[in-house]
Amino acid sequence: MGRYILGRLLGLAFVLFVVSLIAFLLMHAVPGGPFAPDEKGRLPEATRQAQLEKYGLDQPIYVQYVKYMWNALQLDFGVPFQSPTETVTELIARAWPVTIRIGIPTIIISYGLGTLLGFIAAVRQNSWVDYSVSFASTLGLVVPNFVVALWLILFFSVYLGWLEPGGWGKPQHYIMPVIAYSLTPMALVARYTRSSILEVMRSDHVRTARAKGLSERNVLFWHVGRNAMIPFVTILLPEIPNILTGSIFIEAAFRIPGLGRFFVTSTQARDYPMILALVLLIAVLWGITYIVTDILYTLLDPRIRLSGRSVV
Amino acid sequence: MAHSASSTLAAAEARQSAQRPESAFQHAMRRFMRQKLAVVGLVIVLFLMVIGFGAPILAPSDYRTANLMDANKFPSAEFPLGTDAIGHDFLSRVMYGTRTSLLVGFASVGVACLVGIPLGMLAGLRGGWTDFVVMRLVEVMTAFPGLLFAIFLMTVLGAGVGNIIIVIGLTSWLTLARLMRAQLLTLREQDYIAAARSMGASDWSIAVRHLLPNAVAPVIVAITLAIPTAIFAEAGLSYIGVGINEPTPSLGKMVADSAQYIRVYWHLGLFPTLAIALIMLGFSFVGDGLRDALDPRQT
Repeated sequence: MGRYILGRLLGLAFVLFVVSLIAFLLMHAVPGGPFAPDEKGRLPEATRQAQLEKYGLDQPIYVQYVKYMWNALQLDFGVPFQSPTETVTELIARAWPVTIRIGIPTIIISYGLGTLLGFIAAVRQNSWVDYSVSFASTLGLVVPNFVVALWLILFFSVYLGWLEPGGWGKPQHYIMPVIAYSLTPMALVARYTRSSILEVMRSDHVRTARAKGLSERNVLFWHVGRNAMIPFVTILLPEIPNILTGSIFIEAAFRIPGLGRFFVTSTQARDYPMILALVLLIAVLWGITYIVTDILYTLLDPRIRLSGRSVV
Repeated sequence: MAHSASSTLAAAEARQSAQRPESAFQHAMRRFMRQKLAVVGLVIVLFLMVIGFGAPILAPSDYRTANLMDANKFPSAEFPLGTDAIGHDFLSRVMYGTRTSLLVGFASVGVACLVGIPLGMLAGLRGGWTDFVVMRLVEVMTAFPGLLFAIFLMTVLGAGVGNIIIVIGLTSWLTLARLMRAQLLTLREQDYIAAARSMGASDWSIAVRHLLPNAVAPVIVAITLAIPTAIFAEAGLSYIGVGINEPTPSLGKMVADSAQYIRVYWHLGLFPTLAIALIMLGFSFVGDGLRDALDPRQT
């Protein structure tokens, strides 16, 4: 197990290297730059040179890359051009917790409620509960979350006048973003849970459990529930990094000062250090999630052996 | 006697034509039409295509026509969906916005097909090094955060319909390439391919006559399901301000613009969001229906 995890971490390191290299080359390959002269020519040439020199942007690109990666390995991601009074780490430490504070209730609600709804829908297959859950999950999967966000604002803020349409800092500011953000993962969870429970309920070992006279509750809890966790882990766990890095759309809709807006402002300002930090952050979260998923998979289903799977 | 013989023959012919096995297309159509939701989706999609692509004829006014005297009107008999802050007739804006969504949806999936399908075919048919290179490309693209990549390309290329088509196309070919390759890899090992080869069929004729026709169904399904995803991407990118620029109407941009007036002019937010939801639902129902009709294994 230890050797396997080490191998996977090495694989992750390689993926991070490739991703960072591509991001770096791509950023520099495109026309324009953080201190490119604009149409109005506001930035004098001498100032521009001084700025480039200050951030090391006058050096050859491979020197810049090696320097950046060397610093990044020591967790120093440089200074964001769009906010030069702080470091990238400070900026992320300021914005990311806001996103995470929306993300955690989203994960709890969407996964908890989604599993419950999917379970009930499967046990009461073809009842009105089942049909309502299917209908709601189709809506949740198909309708974009910023559309749902706007409907929530129209209903709760404009029509009922109960909640402020956006903002950050009070407990009530969590309500609408979390609802809007939960719907899609909840729909996904409900749908997969339903279909996997249905499949397990038809399997031989569940029939055996029923045949030997176990109560229905016992069968559902011990024999169905555990097996239904497998698609749950492989399909749904990878959604977590998505939720933790936040939704640009939700944060824009409710004016939440999270990480989301920096995806747009950083690319617009050609803020190289910030873009790279965001790319690496997402790639690390994804990589770790995949490793954890594979390990959990083997714990839940002993038929699968880790060593047989590929490294990356 | 002769008369009765010919009538028996005619009856036999009629019976035979009635029993002629339906074509694959007819079979798929029948399976599709049997599903209520898929038919509802098809009706929605056709309706949206009529009001979207028919907007130049059907819309009350051009999308650029604005009359400041009529600004910020609520829905009425004169303006069924009201007017916006500049005095555009909002019904016309929503219809033209639907047209933009459909156009971007179809065209960017077209771009994705042009990139993804040949690459997937190349990898699946050639194998070896070609396969290795294509699959590593797909893997690296998958590891790269897609939305960030799209935003980045959009800021580099600039907002606009043409650019957003290219960007969405370039970020959504991966599934198609992977699917095409996987299809060919499984089909390649089937017995009927070995049979064709033993009869002396060339690689080319095996690929075109035996492999591709059997790989098409799941790819069509994937293409149909890629359309709503692309439309979502356009609405989303326009919503955060890097998608489509003025004066082209875009539903996503209209939703974003409505935010500052939402407390008073609710119609500016409601109607474009309803249009987006309807587009997404229609295409998803059709896609799911096609999947059940063409590729029962995948459900």
